[in-house]
Amino acid sequence: MSRDGALVLELNGVDTGYDRRQVLQDVNFRVYAHDFIGIVGPNGSGKTTLLKVILGLLPLWRGEVRYFQAEKEVTRFPMGYMPQLSRVDADFPIVVRDVVRSGLMSLGKRLPAGEQVRRVMERMDIASLERRPLGELSGGQRQRVFLARAIVSSPALLLLDEPDTYVDRDFSRDFYEILTELNRDMAILMVSHDLGTIASQVKSIACVNGTLYHHESGEITQELLDSYRCPIDLITHGRVPHRVLRSHRGVPQTGREREHDA
Amino acid sequence: MLELFQYRYFVHGVIAAVLVSISCGFVGTYIVSRRIVFITGGISHAAFGGVGIAYFFGLNPLAGAAFFAVAAAVSLESIAAHARVREDSLIGMLWSFGMAIGVLFVFLTPGYAANLMTFLFGDILTVSTLDLWLMAGLALIVSVVFLWRFHRILYLAFDPEFARTQKVPIAGIRSLLMVLTALTVVVNIRVVGIVLVLALMTVPPAAANLVAKDFRRMIPLSIFFSLASTLGGLMASHLLNVPSGATIVFSALLIFVIVRIATIPRRIQSDSTYFNS
Repeated sequence: MSRDGALVLELNGVDTGYDRRQVLQDVNFRVYAHDFIGIVGPNGSGKTTLLKVILGLLPLWRGEVRYFQAEKEVTRFPMGYMPQLSRVDADFPIVVRDVVRSGLMSLGKRLPAGEQVRRVMERMDIASLERRPLGELSGGQRQRVFLARAIVSSPALLLLDEPDTYVDRDFSRDFYEILTELNRDMAILMVSHDLGTIASQVKSIACVNGTLYHHESGEITQELLDSYRCPIDLITHGRVPHRVLRSHRGVPQTGREREHDA
Repeated sequence: MLELFQYRYFVHGVIAAVLVSISCGFVGTYIVSRRIVFITGGISHAAFGGVGIAYFFGLNPLAGAAFFAVAAAVSLESIAAHARVREDSLIGMLWSFGMAIGVLFVFLTPGYAANLMTFLFGDILTVSTLDLWLMAGLALIVSVVFLWRFHRILYLAFDPEFARTQKVPIAGIRSLLMVLTALTVVVNIRVVGIVLVLALMTVPPAAANLVAKDFRRMIPLSIFFSLASTLGGLMASHLLNVPSGATIVFSALLIFVIVRIATIPRRIQSDSTYFNS
């Protein structure tokens, strides 16, 4: 299977959860430098948990997460993260510039902020909002601020958790254009609840439902999702380019699927 | 008015007002922004346990309060993180536990606890020279920590999870801020007392937040409002001959109401720009 670029991330046999409640089981996943993967799945299936595992926020029960840069395994790996907008306190007294700058905090207290921050704010078209408090921004502006924070450090991997919630459709289109452009420089993993919207944007889809099924060829059909026991409806519009998958070669059957088939 | 400065107790009161306002301006901005005001209430009431025990053993009550306040702050952090207890329930438990211990030990102490009221309701006019040195030390430490680690504190308060994704160690600075919060509570106990301690740490920053939606601008404004509240309360207390703890809280609330009324037109304006953008 031909993949885009070099391997950047690898999850092997990962189990994890909260307290004693297991959320993810035996997750095997590979991400390459130019991947743009949409992660779908029902509520509570572990989509955000998967992002937390990759970000190193959650201890693993079993398995390993490995990061690669220039084909070498590394321990410090630059990742950009954009949380769900609803998870961040929008009334916190902070101005746009400081939010974006916080994406560089790992560089220590002497932030060479100026140039890098200005460039990314111009790119996201938020330079004029520099001194505005976060609480005064619209949903779309806030979305761009958090994307700016995620990419200001030029990460090799960008993780987005439902970035399209609370944003109007017109803005969504601009947002996906920005993502497509960013995808030239970094791999992108995007959690979404709305497969219809992302199906035309991403290069492939992974479904999380207790474990993870990643169809690497990027062709998405209802049959494919059914075979993953992925309870998501694929909504296609005539104008959305989509391809039809002819066969299911290479999709390993799991125990549950066999049970389902029987 | 100036003749008041002949009195040593009044000069002490003014110096205490300045020093406490500095600590409260920094720490208060942090707790109000992070929405952890209730934690501060828990810490101050837990401190009463230390006051009671110190009374019983004939030790310095403020030292007992400091010990209990810091212990409460640190255990809040670690228990909430490791045990499966909801944080606000835990605060409620620490709050009442401290008060219960305090009541018990004050009861067990022979004789009448003369200045117990001072700890419950404060008295800025009775601060000693030693108290002033402690307040000055805390104001210095708080200022240095906030100015030295300003960005880290801001980012940590704003979005701790994001800070963790950036592999920035946050546990240390977070605990340090909890300890500084506890110590600020303790010096406040001398000024406004355990029952009213929340006032100086929340009302001035909340008033500042009406004007400034930016952490770095909230701090000096909070210090200013806090200073106006303590000095105004001090004067009112002297003129009306009523307890200073209460007049300080009233001044702080009065300032909040005035700022709130003054910012009404401004808010309407900014709301309309929000909808137009």
